[in-house]
Amino acid sequence: MTAATQPTVRPAGLKAPVIRIGVVQWMRRNLFNGVFNSLLTVVVLLLLYKIVPPFVQWAFIDSFWTSTAEQCRAGGGACWSIIPANLRFIIFGFYPYELHWRPFLAMLLLVGLLLYSKNRNHWRRSLLWMWIVGLVVMGTLMKGGILGLTAVESDQWGGLPLTLMLSVFGMVGAYPLGILLALGRRSKLPAIRTISILYIELIRGVPLISMLFMSAVLFPLFLPEGVTFNKILRAQAAIILFTAAYIAEVVRGGLQAITRGQYEAAESLGLDYAQKMRLVILPQALKIVIPPTVGILISAFKDTSLVVIIALYDVLKTTKSALANPVWMGFSPEAYIFVGLIYFVCCYAMSNYSRRLEKELHS
Amino acid sequence: MDERHSPATAVQTRRQAAFLSDPKVRAIVYQVAALGLVGLLGYYLFTNTVANLHKQSIATGFGFLTKEASFEIGETLIDYSAADTYLKALAVGVLNTLKVAFIGIILTVILGTFLGIARLSTNWLVAKLAAVYIEVMQDIPILLQLFFWYSFFYDILPAPREAIEPMTGLFLSNRGVVFPVPEWHPAYGYAAAAFGIGCLAVSAVRRWARQRQERTGRIFPVFSVSLGLLIGLPLVTWLLAGAPHRMSVPELRGFNFQGGMSVSPEFGALLLGLVIYTAAFVAEIVRAGIQAISKGQTEAAMAIGLKPGQILNLVILPQALRVIIPPLTSQMLNLTKNSSLAVAIGFPDFVSVASTTMNQTGQAIEGISLIMVVYLCFSLLTSLFMNWYNKKMALVER
Repeated sequence: MTAATQPTVRPAGLKAPVIRIGVVQWMRRNLFNGVFNSLLTVVVLLLLYKIVPPFVQWAFIDSFWTSTAEQCRAGGGACWSIIPANLRFIIFGFYPYELHWRPFLAMLLLVGLLLYSKNRNHWRRSLLWMWIVGLVVMGTLMKGGILGLTAVESDQWGGLPLTLMLSVFGMVGAYPLGILLALGRRSKLPAIRTISILYIELIRGVPLISMLFMSAVLFPLFLPEGVTFNKILRAQAAIILFTAAYIAEVVRGGLQAITRGQYEAAESLGLDYAQKMRLVILPQALKIVIPPTVGILISAFKDTSLVVIIALYDVLKTTKSALANPVWMGFSPEAYIFVGLIYFVCCYAMSNYSRRLEKELHS
Repeated sequence: MDERHSPATAVQTRRQAAFLSDPKVRAIVYQVAALGLVGLLGYYLFTNTVANLHKQSIATGFGFLTKEASFEIGETLIDYSAADTYLKALAVGVLNTLKVAFIGIILTVILGTFLGIARLSTNWLVAKLAAVYIEVMQDIPILLQLFFWYSFFYDILPAPREAIEPMTGLFLSNRGVVFPVPEWHPAYGYAAAAFGIGCLAVSAVRRWARQRQERTGRIFPVFSVSLGLLIGLPLVTWLLAGAPHRMSVPELRGFNFQGGMSVSPEFGALLLGLVIYTAAFVAEIVRAGIQAISKGQTEAAMAIGLKPGQILNLVILPQALRVIIPPLTSQMLNLTKNSSLAVAIGFPDFVSVASTTMNQTGQAIEGISLIMVVYLCFSLLTSLFMNWYNKKMALVER
């Protein structure tokens, strides 16, 4: 009672008690509010004390950054030297050494395009054209053969450009197919619906690795004699076919979220099926599913690492081959942490963006 | 346009147009077209394949399954030798996949629930650590994590002679993990049987208690009685059978450990990778499930006089589980599908046995179809379970 009636003006010279302000108050509220939480904090701090200092000692204090492998073996710390020594192979794989600037430029272009597309004010028709031009330019840079660029066969592509290519083209290729499948699954025509459902459920039921095996072993059998695609394109096709089923399910979610009134309104305007979908339903449905689509992009990006198993030289495989070199054998934790960092930075940026977008689109 | 046609043809075109714009006719046309396209594609692929197989003189059919496999499998749950058939080798693979999936799912659910709760903890440190874990593990490909743990066993851990012993009897070395287990004794079999009987008894007690509550309104302490039955029965049986407690403790003999239970580096790496990766996703699901229940639910339950245990059992869990179970099942299926990456680190799961079979026999079509069929069965079973669960859990509205 008295507390409520007390004047809010603090008597001069009297400060708030130490436990009510600053760090101490924050710690009381967030770390030591109650017996259980205090115990938990102490235990966690102890654990961190056991783990963090030795890790810092290994990773930073005792570590080597530019030494040779022999110096690394003599010392006890982390051998980050494996990264600079093999960096260009890890990033570019077997791409001709003196032409590395081309995939590098292509990657820069891709990152630039992605950064530009982040801003929703840029989402106009012109952006679509920019992407088409951008992808063509990237392809030209990678492949060469025209404009005085030396041709580089795609079986020499590798490393990070390959990882990015498989995921970006996988997404670009899978998106239209996924939308078609989603529309098919929602169709009133039983035959089309059945085909779509069979495809989607079949693909979603099997692991990606079986699709990749299929691309490596069975695709050549499926095609007439003389028609051959190289391994990378076949893997790309498998990734597209696989991702499309997942996109279809996401898009279906969006289609289901559109109220009946929208369909009916479009029909009463006299629009036919294609117009109805293209002008009324899909623009709304696709907007709803942007965040989960980014989620699929993230998993497609991570899943490209599976091409290691069919011996394509993506960034994980190049790392593994760098580790297979007897000189650098045994420093796998360092190399894997480095590659993990690459994947983490890319995925974290994407998932952060998707979360922000979700918030923006909701409001 | 019309002026150029005679009146008769104009009527005819109009009639044709009407015929084609009849929704029923169009539906049939579209469906026939779609089926035809798919059929043509299938026919094209089929004829190409047959021609190619004929040219490379590869025999088709599943006859190879009964031939001798003549390769060894490192880890088996059933007796298997190189002299057995491919069929048996593949069965060993399926069992290994199921073993990883089963143990993995249990550990993942435990770790994921723990992390999901930690993520919502009022303890800042715990919540932040859980958040970092979830974010980092979700963003690193599972295959990379598997490679990391595999190299952890082979590159970081020492030889058995210098094995690390974090707890008495538990040894970590580049030959895997060994730990002590109780030595086999019939008493454990009896205890397991008693546990089974306990389960049956619990379900009977629950049904009886429910009926009695509906009849008389009196509440029976089902939880404590069930717990007593489930723990007490096996314990008493074990005690009556002489309470055997000899442990089989691993010992270093020569270059490796003898005794105890050992986990191979391949299995260990696969399990660690799968559990650590999937738990991050499960944690997010658990968090969402907990957050989906508004505070008002708890308050309303308190207001009608339910006890804390009843609030959890009758109000919170049924609602939270409805949110949690469907995505959780799909994560379990993901874990099972991801276990196929075992082929990359040399654990003999189904995919890796099937791929060895394909390499030896050249029966690629059959091998890949087998892989797909087996995984489709897994996901079919899962979705059957999901349908059953959704039907059981669906909100019954007016």
